[in-house]
Amino acid sequence: MSIRINETHCIGCGRCTEVCPGTLIELKEKKAVMRYPKDCWGCVSCVKECPVGAIDFFLGADIGGMGSTMHVESEGDILHWKIRKPDGTDKIIDVNRKDSNRY
Amino acid sequence: MEQKLERKKIDTDVLIIGGGTAGCYAALNISRNSNLSVLIAEKANIKRSGCLAAGVNAINAYIVEGRTPQDYVDYATKDAGGIVREDLLLSAAEHFNETAEDMERLGLVILKDENGKYVARGNRNIKINGENFKPILAKAAEEAENVTVLNHINITDLLVLNNRVYGAVGFSVKEQIAYEIHAKAVLVATGGAAGLYKPNNPGFSRHKMWYPPFNTGAGYAMGILAGAEMTSFEMRFIALRCKDTIAPTGTIAQGVGAKQVNARGFVYEDKYGLTTSERVYGTVRENQLGNGPCYLKTSVIRKEQDEELLKAYLNMAPSQTLKWIESGKNPSEQDVEIQGTEPYIVGGHTASGYWVNTNRETTIHGLYAAGDVAGGCPQKYVTGALAEGEIAALDIVKKISENVFIDDAGILQEKASDIMDSYETVLNAKAGLYSVEELEEAMQKVMDEYAGGISANYQFNEKQLALAEEKIEGLQKLAEEASAGDMHELLFVYELRERLVVCKSLIAHLLARKETRWHSFNENLDYPDEDVAFEKYVNSRMEDGKIKIILRDLVKEADYEHQN
Repeated sequence: MSIRINETHCIGCGRCTEVCPGTLIELKEKKAVMRYPKDCWGCVSCVKECPVGAIDFFLGADIGGMGSTMHVESEGDILHWKIRKPDGTDKIIDVNRKDSNRY
Repeated sequence: MEQKLERKKIDTDVLIIGGGTAGCYAALNISRNSNLSVLIAEKANIKRSGCLAAGVNAINAYIVEGRTPQDYVDYATKDAGGIVREDLLLSAAEHFNETAEDMERLGLVILKDENGKYVARGNRNIKINGENFKPILAKAAEEAENVTVLNHINITDLLVLNNRVYGAVGFSVKEQIAYEIHAKAVLVATGGAAGLYKPNNPGFSRHKMWYPPFNTGAGYAMGILAGAEMTSFEMRFIALRCKDTIAPTGTIAQGVGAKQVNARGFVYEDKYGLTTSERVYGTVRENQLGNGPCYLKTSVIRKEQDEELLKAYLNMAPSQTLKWIESGKNPSEQDVEIQGTEPYIVGGHTASGYWVNTNRETTIHGLYAAGDVAGGCPQKYVTGALAEGEIAALDIVKKISENVFIDDAGILQEKASDIMDSYETVLNAKAGLYSVEELEEAMQKVMDEYAGGISANYQFNEKQLALAEEKIEGLQKLAEEASAGDMHELLFVYELRERLVVCKSLIAHLLARKETRWHSFNENLDYPDEDVAFEKYVNSRMEDGKIKIILRDLVKEADYEHQN
């Protein structure tokens, strides 16, 4: 379970390093670095916190990962979850924070 | 070069250790009801720390229309085979609804019907959008008057003298600073313990577990070492979860009514019983009998429900949504495989934790416990953690106003200094033969094989427990030699030591309950049946470095007070 931080997109704001509940991410030379990939819980707090969508979440191959990555872009109450599949196609799921779970 | 820590001393009226659900809500309620200064010491950052980092889809403890708090007590008592504190359950249940309404006022979205009433899920749940539950609660705590939050501070020890708490000692996980904090009252709200046993996914995804891997049993360990009485550690919690992602199953089991079926399509849940432990046991047995894998039958749901389920999991356990997408099949097209997790010690689900009075004060004067670290009150869940935070907060405010707890910043300074010295010792130690990671793996293997982990089908006997005890003691010695290159590694050293302390107490509890009251949770093959002689709490207290077991009669009074 882990994340990949896109070094080109990262603006070094440090918000992910603050919010990670395991304090697993560090800033090095103004870029966020995942220091302990195997210690990631997969809560995606950092993915939600990143203002530029530079953090991708993925499933380890040991738990069914097949190469897709996921990140989220927030727009007010709407969270646009973008899943990029290995074939390059995207699946987008929009979730409104004002809508309750129905189940 | 020798590493030296800057040493800071802080005075506050109330210290809260751990800014999760219970800790944040306690801070908020102390602020609302007094002018006391409150300090939250949090190992990560309260915005997303604790159990609710990814979110939560339902409030699982709510008194729905037509039900009473006593109904909830009866349900939880039956589920735990009678080994609960009814006074704690009732006082929590009486607060469930009020805390849910309070969270709604703070910004939590709760599903309502056309008449403005909360929509129930089954007999005890209401549906929410809990993706931002924790940020909402954290913001309220941060903005509350007289509340200070110190993020990234890991507390390791309580300052206790003559069975009264005076504060705590810890260190920053980011900077080279050690903290000595003095307080009139201390609330422990650090959560339970994961990572004691070998996890479901021991490789790259070792932390893809259900319970937070960062909840390492710190609160239990500091209490045990300070001589606090603990209860029911042997009532381990094993969750039935979605395979691989270890995501919660309530949304599909209760939400869309998916049944537990084996590989042959047989609905086996009725065969073994419907208590929480029986549902786990049934799944283990079906696998042993060659009827696995086991599933939650989602393939009967309507196609339109697929998208709703994908969304629901994004708000709580996004890995499960990604898993469905990676597999190329929606929940309506394939059943969800389920498995039991590694055993956790968690007072929010089972009854493990500090032995407290009805106001949540522990057996150490001035020391309170709330949420997963507090025992006797199973199935309290999120609203129960909020309720306990509030109950403890109100009693702390009352006792301080009555001058029951006094400040003494001068006391135990020498002890604090010794503890800080020991941080520096670890930082300056030469790297030994074994890394912290290797010792953690060794601990998890011992617990897995000899103390009823996944590979042992959660079963054990006395001989195995004796071996586990011996091996854990050996690992404790090795952990004394552990070294750390920086502050984060220092955190890892202390987390390992905490877990080992909890393991040792857990083994003592498993040995003491010579019966099998709950399948899987405490399945002793030397004593495979329930025994009326054990209609008692198994409690423990550390005395002179040894764990002393105390069997206590079931509490029947509505207001329980310690006798010490």
